[in-house]
Amino acid sequence: MMTLNQQRKFKTFITGAFAWFIALLLFFPIFWMFITSFKTELQAISVPPSLFFEPTLENFGIVQERSDYLKHAFNSIITSFGSTFIALVIGVPAAYAMAFNPTKKTKDILLWMLSTKMLPAVGVLVPIYILSRDYGLLDSRTGLVIIFTLMNLPIIIWMLFSYFKDLPKEILEAARMDGANPWDEIVKVVLPLSIGGISSTALLSIILCWNEAFWSLNLTASEAAPLTAMIASYSSPEGLFWAKLSAASTLACAPIVIFGWFCQKQLVQGLTFGAVK
Amino acid sequence: MNTLAKNSITCAITLAAAMSTANLYAQTEITVATVNNGHMIEMQKLTPIFEQAHPDIKVKWVTLEEGVLRQNVTQDIANKSGLYDVMTIGMYEAPIWGERNWLEPIDTSGNYDVEDIIPSIRGGLSYNNTLYAAPFYGESSMVMYRKDLVKAAGMEINDRDSWEHIRDVAAAVHNPSEGVYGMCLRGKAGWGDNMAFLSTMANSFGARWFDEDWKPQLETAEWKSAVNFYVDLLTKYGPPGASSNSFNENLALFNQGKCGMWIDATIAASFVTDPKQSTVADQVGFAQSPIKATEKGANWLWAWSLAIPAGTKNADAAQTFIRWATSKEYIQLVGQTNGWASVPTGTRTSTYENPKFLKAAVFAEAELKAINSANPADSTLKPSPYVGVQFAAIPEFQAIGTTTGQMVSGALAGSMSVDKALKSANSSANRQMRQAGYY
Repeated sequence: MMTLNQQRKFKTFITGAFAWFIALLLFFPIFWMFITSFKTELQAISVPPSLFFEPTLENFGIVQERSDYLKHAFNSIITSFGSTFIALVIGVPAAYAMAFNPTKKTKDILLWMLSTKMLPAVGVLVPIYILSRDYGLLDSRTGLVIIFTLMNLPIIIWMLFSYFKDLPKEILEAARMDGANPWDEIVKVVLPLSIGGISSTALLSIILCWNEAFWSLNLTASEAAPLTAMIASYSSPEGLFWAKLSAASTLACAPIVIFGWFCQKQLVQGLTFGAVK
Repeated sequence: MNTLAKNSITCAITLAAAMSTANLYAQTEITVATVNNGHMIEMQKLTPIFEQAHPDIKVKWVTLEEGVLRQNVTQDIANKSGLYDVMTIGMYEAPIWGERNWLEPIDTSGNYDVEDIIPSIRGGLSYNNTLYAAPFYGESSMVMYRKDLVKAAGMEINDRDSWEHIRDVAAAVHNPSEGVYGMCLRGKAGWGDNMAFLSTMANSFGARWFDEDWKPQLETAEWKSAVNFYVDLLTKYGPPGASSNSFNENLALFNQGKCGMWIDATIAASFVTDPKQSTVADQVGFAQSPIKATEKGANWLWAWSLAIPAGTKNADAAQTFIRWATSKEYIQLVGQTNGWASVPTGTRTSTYENPKFLKAAVFAEAELKAINSANPADSTLKPSPYVGVQFAAIPEFQAIGTTTGQMVSGALAGSMSVDKALKSANSSANRQMRQAGYY
C-alpha cells in the first residue's frame, strides 16, 4: 500500500505525464512540418512516413530562390507590430475608462465590441475590398495595419479591461489625492502596475496578426504580402509540393516562435495574471 | 560668351540628356498573378531574359493557390482594382469574361504565330472568334497504367477501351494486400476536382449537364448509370479514402506504385515518368480515355492561359510579355535551357513536330491525340447549349458543379445513395438556374 507521500508523488507524475502528452500532441504538427522541410518531395509523401532519412536543404534553397523572404518578413513585422502598437494606444485609454469609470452602458459596449468578432470576416470582404480600392489601400502595408488594428481591438480592450479591473482602486484614489490627472494615472500608476498584462496582450495581438491569412491574401498582391501569403504560394493544384511548403512554413514560423520563446515569461505571467486570488 | 552662360548651357544640355536617358529607361512595371506549378515557376526563372530584351518592362510575380487566385482575379476584374496586369486564367473563365468585355483581346498580329496554337485550345479560349487568353500550357485527360502489373495479370489496355473492360483490368490488378489498388480516380468534391473527371465519364455514357432549354439533366438514366459505375469501381478497386483524393493524392499513390491505373490530366504524364519523383517511371503506359456510349467528351480540355484585364494601364507591356511567354520561341528557350521534357506542352502544334521533344517525352503522342480529340463546342451525345467538356462555360456552373461534387463525394463515402445524391444535386441546380433567369 502506498504511503501518503508516494500517493502525492504518483499524482504529480500522472499530472506531469498528462501535461507532457498534451504538449507533445500540440507540438507534433509543428515538429512534422519541421522534419518534412528537410525531406525530398518523394520522401515527404511516402507511406508509411519515413522518420529516418538523409536530410536535405534543397527545399530551403528553392524557397530562397523563388520568394523574397526578407520582403515578406519585413511586411509581417511592420503590419503585426504596427497594428499592435496602434491598437494599444487606442485600447489602453478605452479599457481604463471602462474599468475605472464604468457607466450603465459599459457592459453593453463591451459586449457590442466582442460581437464584432462574431461576424465571419468573409461577410464584410466586398465592402472592405471596395473601400480599400477607393482609398488606394489595396496591396499596401497601411491598409493591412488598419485592418489588423480593427480586427484585434476588441480582444485587446477586453483583455486590458480585465487586467485593469483587478487593480485596487485605492491606489488610483491615492494618486488622485496627490494631484494626479487621468493621464498621470494611466502613465504613472496603471501602466507600471499592469505591465505583465499589457505585454501578454501585445504578444497575443502580434501572434494573431502574424498568423492572419484571410485579409492578407485578399487585400495584398506583390508589395505588401506578408509571410502568410508567401506560404500560400507554395500550395499547388498539380504537382508535389509538401516538402517545399513545409520549408516555407518553417521559415515563416521561425521568427515568431523565437520571439515567443524569449517572451514566454511575460506571456505566462500576463495570461495567469489575476488567476489566483 | 561668358563663363556663366557657357556653364548654364552645359548644365541645361546635361540635364536634358539625363532626363531623356531617364525617360528612355523609365520602366513599366507589370504584375503577373499566377498559380504554383512547374511550368509557371520556370517562366518566373526565365523572366530576366525577357527583361533583358525589354529593358523598359519589369515583371513582378504574385503566386497564389488556385482557389485564392480565382477569387482574387475575379475580385480584381469585377471591381476594376488594377492590382494585376496579367492574370492566369483557365478555359472556363476566358469565354465568360471575354463576352463581358472584362478582358483585352490578345494581340495576335505580326510574328506571333496564332495559327500554330492547337485549334481546340484556341477555340476554348476565344469568344466570337476573338482570342481573349493566350495558352501557356494545355492538357487533356488519359489513362495512365502500370504496364508490368497489367501484363502480369494477362490483360491489355488500348485506346478507347470500354469502361467494362477497364473495370475488368482494375479487378485483375487489384491487390490490396500488396498495397496495389486497381483504379485511382478523383473523389474529392469540387467542380475542378471530382466533377472534372466525372463529367467526362458521364459524357461518354451519353449524359449532358443541361438540355437545350438549360434544364439540369442530373437525374437522367445516363447520369445515374455513370455515377453508379464510378462509385462501384472506386468502392471495389479504389484506394481507401478515395472520396478525399484529388490530383496530388493520386499522383503520390501512383508514384509510389500503389495504383494499377489512374485516369487524370495529361500533365501527370511528365511527373509519373520522371525517375526523380516516381518509383515506377519506366513502367508507365498511356491510353486514350475509356468510353461507353460515345467518344464525345470522353476526355477533358483545359489550358492555363495568360490574359489582360480590361482597363489595365499597362496593357501594351502586358501584351508584349504575353506574346513572349506564349510564343514558339519561349518553348525553344525552355527546351534549350532546361531540357525538352520540361517544355510547356498542349498549346502549339509545332511542339509536337519537334523531334527533340518527341524523343524526350514518351507521352507526347498520347497527349496530343487526347487534346485533339476534345471539342468543347461539341462534347455531348445529345445536343447541349453550352461550351466546355468537363464544365459548362456559364457563371453559374462553379456553384452547381461544386454542389454536385459534394453530393457525389457523399455517395462515394457511403453517406447517401447515388439516386439521392443526384436528385439533391439536380434540384439544387434547377433552383440556381431558375434564379439566374434561364427559365
